[in-house]
Amino acid sequence: MSAALAPEAGLPRLFAGIRRDGLPLQLGAHAATHGPLPSPRGLIELVTASGLRGRGGGGFPTGRKLTAVAAARRRTVVVVNGAEGEPVSFKDKLLLRRAPHLVLDGAALAAAAVGAREAVVALDRSAGEEIGVVSGALDERRDRGLSWRLVVVPAGFVTGEETALLSALEGRDAKPSFTPPRPFERGLRGAPTLVQNVETLAHVALIARHGPEWFRALGTRQEPGSALFTVSGGVGRPGVYEAAFGTPLRALVEQAGGVRGQAGAFLLGGFFGSWVDPAAAEGLSLLDADLARAGAAVGAGAVVVLPAAACGLDQSARVARYLAEESAGQCGPCVHGLAALAGALETLVAGRGDSRGDALRWLEQVRGRGACRHPDGASRFVESSLEVFAGEVELHLRGRCGGRRGEFIPTGGAA
Amino acid sequence: MSTVVRVNPIACDGSGLCAELLPERIRLDDWGYPIVDPSPLTPELREHAQRAVAACPTLALLLQKDAAARGT
Repeated sequence: MSAALAPEAGLPRLFAGIRRDGLPLQLGAHAATHGPLPSPRGLIELVTASGLRGRGGGGFPTGRKLTAVAAARRRTVVVVNGAEGEPVSFKDKLLLRRAPHLVLDGAALAAAAVGAREAVVALDRSAGEEIGVVSGALDERRDRGLSWRLVVVPAGFVTGEETALLSALEGRDAKPSFTPPRPFERGLRGAPTLVQNVETLAHVALIARHGPEWFRALGTRQEPGSALFTVSGGVGRPGVYEAAFGTPLRALVEQAGGVRGQAGAFLLGGFFGSWVDPAAAEGLSLLDADLARAGAAVGAGAVVVLPAAACGLDQSARVARYLAEESAGQCGPCVHGLAALAGALETLVAGRGDSRGDALRWLEQVRGRGACRHPDGASRFVESSLEVFAGEVELHLRGRCGGRRGEFIPTGGAA
Repeated sequence: MSTVVRVNPIACDGSGLCAELLPERIRLDDWGYPIVDPSPLTPELREHAQRAVAACPTLALLLQKDAAARGT
């Protein structure tokens, strides 16, 4: 995948000055591009005023998280969440590969703001060259009063969930815990912990330098700023692209080289997102407020274009099976419900019977029933599959779907 | 403050005792795990709820103050 320079005014931000040869910006070049590390004074107010929300998929206001951890009268810890387990997301990995110091600046600033003396960069085994890049970048830095650690934890779709990540960092299985307490109350080894996504911290580093008005110059009042989007599937140039919130979906896809051939559907927001058919996608912008009309959300910014020739129902069944297998296996409704839902889609694909009634009942039974959001996200995906590919379901029931089957959307080989 | 029933889904292993003891708030899904109605307990249900909490073999059933039950 490649990082492309956005043509849009005011961009690139996070990818500003990145090298064309794919090597990371080293500390000197980073400082020359972005300026020296600013003072952390007033950081929480600046971030709060910017309206920045977490870019890991949850969208929680970053200022509020910083405020909550800073309020603890105890030793605190910052965790850089680089566990990007979503197979169709690549933006955090790419950002770490190309601009590691922007992410580390954000973590150092956040650590100073919440009084942390320890920052842990957490990557998972799906990481590649960024492990070496981050390690090299940490060697270059001299952050006074802050000790860094780089930890690589086992890969998995659920690993990036905050409580699962903390569990993995403590040497246990990467499984979510029952909350409360949330990590900002009791996190790594009991310390109040700020867990923040890689991209989010890079935005923090820029907001500290340029201020909230600068950040808000892009995007809308409600959804300010810009974000990284991973565009994959049937496009000319799959890759990671930077775009302002409010950019038309069509413009993002154009940046990625446009749709190759014809699109059958768009998957917006990754595996916890929703399918949108091309007619409904027409005119949509990259805003939660807009995507909600199509039942979708920006999430972590993963966009997959499914070619018209592929069978959407078959792809959905594969992703659903992957999500079922990626359940942490702790909560009964998630373990049994996601397997049942994947089975229902597989039954439809094979034309073995009409399992739609069962699927609808299970969707109701699975939602909100886990310790984490995994069953919620997975059931949203299945629900949108049944809606958007309703026509395909009919064809399968009559044994008439001519769509291509096989793994088109990557699921890391699990499906 | 009102009280609600909550299940720790990690601890729960689907014994189903809670649904038997507190059917006004708890029913079972297709796999035998409790689906909890989060509406506040009425005074006459309090004792039944406490009995259900005590009966759970994995201590997965909790009584929680309403505000805390809404999460983060």
